[in-house]
Amino acid sequence: MSKLMTWIDERFPLTPLWESQWGKYVAPKNFNFWYYFGSLAALVLVMQIVTGIWLTMNYKPDAAKAFGSIEYIMRDVQWGWLIRYMHSTGASMFFVVVYLHMYRGLMYGSYRKPRELTWIFGCLIYLALMAEAFFGYLLPWGQMSYWGAQVIVNLFSTIPVIGDDLSTWIRGDYTISDVTLNRFFAFHVAALPLVLIALVAAHLMALHETGSNNPDGVEIKKQPKDPRTGLPLDGINSHPYYSVKDIVGVVGFLVVFSIVVFFLPNMGGYFLEANNFIPADPLKTPPEIAPVWYFTPYYAMLRAVPSFLGTQVWGVLVMGAAVLIFFALPWLDNGAVKSIRYRGGLYKAFLAAFIVAFLILGYLGTVPVTVWGQFADGFPFHGADRATVLSRVLTVVYFSFFVLMPWYTRRDRTKPQPDRVRWK
Amino acid sequence: MSKLARTLLASLALGLSLGAGSALAQDEGLRLVPAPVNRLDDESLQRGARDFVNYCLTCHTAKYMRYNRLEDIGLTPEEITDNLMFATQKIGEQMTVAMTAADAAKWFPAPPPDLTLEARVRGRDWLYSYLLGFYRDEKSASGWNNVVFPNVAMPHVLWQLSGTNKLVETEYEDRAKAEGAAIAAKGMSRVEEKPGGKYAVLTLATDVPGTMTRAQYEAFVGDLVNYLDYMGEPIKNERIHLGIKVLLFLGILFVFAYALKREYWKDLH
Repeated sequence: MSKLMTWIDERFPLTPLWESQWGKYVAPKNFNFWYYFGSLAALVLVMQIVTGIWLTMNYKPDAAKAFGSIEYIMRDVQWGWLIRYMHSTGASMFFVVVYLHMYRGLMYGSYRKPRELTWIFGCLIYLALMAEAFFGYLLPWGQMSYWGAQVIVNLFSTIPVIGDDLSTWIRGDYTISDVTLNRFFAFHVAALPLVLIALVAAHLMALHETGSNNPDGVEIKKQPKDPRTGLPLDGINSHPYYSVKDIVGVVGFLVVFSIVVFFLPNMGGYFLEANNFIPADPLKTPPEIAPVWYFTPYYAMLRAVPSFLGTQVWGVLVMGAAVLIFFALPWLDNGAVKSIRYRGGLYKAFLAAFIVAFLILGYLGTVPVTVWGQFADGFPFHGADRATVLSRVLTVVYFSFFVLMPWYTRRDRTKPQPDRVRWK
Repeated sequence: MSKLARTLLASLALGLSLGAGSALAQDEGLRLVPAPVNRLDDESLQRGARDFVNYCLTCHTAKYMRYNRLEDIGLTPEEITDNLMFATQKIGEQMTVAMTAADAAKWFPAPPPDLTLEARVRGRDWLYSYLLGFYRDEKSASGWNNVVFPNVAMPHVLWQLSGTNKLVETEYEDRAKAEGAAIAAKGMSRVEEKPGGKYAVLTLATDVPGTMTRAQYEAFVGDLVNYLDYMGEPIKNERIHLGIKVLLFLGILFVFAYALKREYWKDLH
C-alpha cells in the first residue's frame, strides 16, 4: 500500500492534496450543532448527482414524453420511485441545509476577514443552486413546472427596451416549449452541475486556506502552538475527529431525509405540488401559481413591490438585490467581534428581525395575497391586502439588516472576545 | 444541541405547521367529507378496480397504469384478464380506451381527464365528496351539477345507483352564521356569497332513491376512491413498509456512529 502511494505521489500530489484538504487540516475543537450543515450540503450534492444520473437514464426531455417518462420511472423502472423521491426530496433538503449553513455564517460572523472569498464562493453556490433548481423544476413538465417557468422567464421581459427579446432568447421560443425543455435539461444535467462542483471545490480550498471559524469567533491560527501536539491550543485534526463526528450528523440527517422520502414524499404539497401531477397545458393557466417553498421569500417580495413609471421591473430588481446583497456582507459588518456570543443587543435584534422577516415572507409567498383579507375602512391603507402591506414592511426589514449593518454593528455594545474557545 | 438550535428548529417546525395545507390553492367555503379509505384493504381495492373498469374506463383513461400491476392488490393474471379486461388488450398494456383524444374533444364539452394521477392532484376527500356531490340542475347543459365542482362538464354517470339529489339552499345574514350552520350540518357543504351581502349554505337532499341505499352507495364510492388513491401511487404500501425497515437500520447505525464518535473524542481535553 505504501509502495503504491509513493509511486502515485511521485507522479501526482495525492497525499499533499488529501492532507491539506482534510487529512491534516486543523480545525477548532468547539464546533457545535450548526457545523454539521457544510458536510451535509456536500452529501446532498453527491446524492443529487448520483440520483440525477440514474434518472437521466429513463427520463425523456421531450414535451410530448417528459411527463409520461416520469410516471414510467415511478411505476415501471426498478427502484425508480425511490430514486425519483430521493431526487425531489434532495432538491428541497439541499435548500434546507444551505439555508441553515448560511444562518450559521451569519450567527458566528464566518463571512468576515479573512474568509471573504469563502463567503463569496458560497454565495455563488447559492446562486448556481437556485438556477439548478429552477431549470430542474421544468423537467417533470407538469402544470406548475410549466407555469412556474413561464412566470420566472417573464420576469426578464420587464426589463426596459431589451426585455421581450431577452425572454424570447432565454426560452428559444415565444412560449415555454419543447425547445425550452431541451435547453433547460442541458443546463440542469450538464452546465450547472459542473459549475456547482467547481464552486464547491473553490469554497473548500478557500476555507482550508484560511482555516475554519468557530462559535466563539476566535482565530485559532493566532494562538500559540501546543508544544506536545504542534497544533494551535484550540485546534484538533479534522481527521479522525470531525470525520467521525460528521458521520453522526450524516446518519441523523438520513433519518430526517428518510422520513420524508418514505412517509411524506409530497411534504404536504411543499416538496411536490399537487398541480404538478397534471401534465403541462399551455392553454390552461392554473388559478394560483406558487413557486416551490425555497423561492417563496423572494417571490413574496416580488409581488409586494408596486409597479410605477409604467413598469414592473422594480419588483424584479428588489428580488435580485435581495439575493445579491449577501455578497456585500463582509464589507458591511463593522462589529468588534465576530460571534453572536459576544455581540450586543443591536445585532441580535436585527438578526432576529431578519430571520422572522425571511420566514414570514416565505410563508406569504406560498399563499394568495388575499390570504388575510383587506384592511377595513377607517384603518390606514384601507382596502389594501393585509398580506401585501405586511410583505412590504418585511421587505424593508430584510434589507435594513444589510443596509443598516455598518451603523448598528459599530454602535453595538459588544462583550470582549476571549483568547481561548469555550468548550463543554 | 444548543438552546439556540432548539429554538430555531422549533420555530421552523411551527412555521411549517402553520403553513401546512396552504401550499395548495384552496376552494374557500367548501367543506369536504373525509373518504373512508384503507390502503391495506385489498378487497376494497379489488371492488374499486372492478367498478373503475366498469364505470370510469369507458370515457376516462388511466394511461400510466398497467393491468398486470393489479397483481399488487391480490389479483391473479387470470382474474385480471377474465374479469377486468374487455377489449383485445394484453395484460401488460395500460388502461386506455378506444376513443381517441380528437374524438373526445369533439364529443365532450371538455375532454375527460386521465385518471391515473387524479388522486394525487385532488386528494381522496375531494374525490369522495365530488362523487357524492352531484345534484339535478335543469339549468346546466348535462342536467347535472356538483357542489364540490360547480358547473362541471361531467354528468352524474352513477345516478342509477345513487338516485338523484336536489340542492338545498339556506340563506344567512352573514358569513359567520353561514359558516356556523355549515359546520353544524356536518358532511359536505358549500358556503356561497349571494347578492345583497347574504350568504347561502348549499347542501344536498335525496330526491329520488336509486338502486343502492345511501350507505351502499357511500361504500361503493369509498372503494372507488380507495382504488384511485392506490392507482395514483401503486408503490405506496411498499414505500411505507420499506421506510420502517430503513429507519430501524438507521436507528441502529446511529447508536454505533455515536459510540464511535464518543470513543475518539474522549481523548480530547
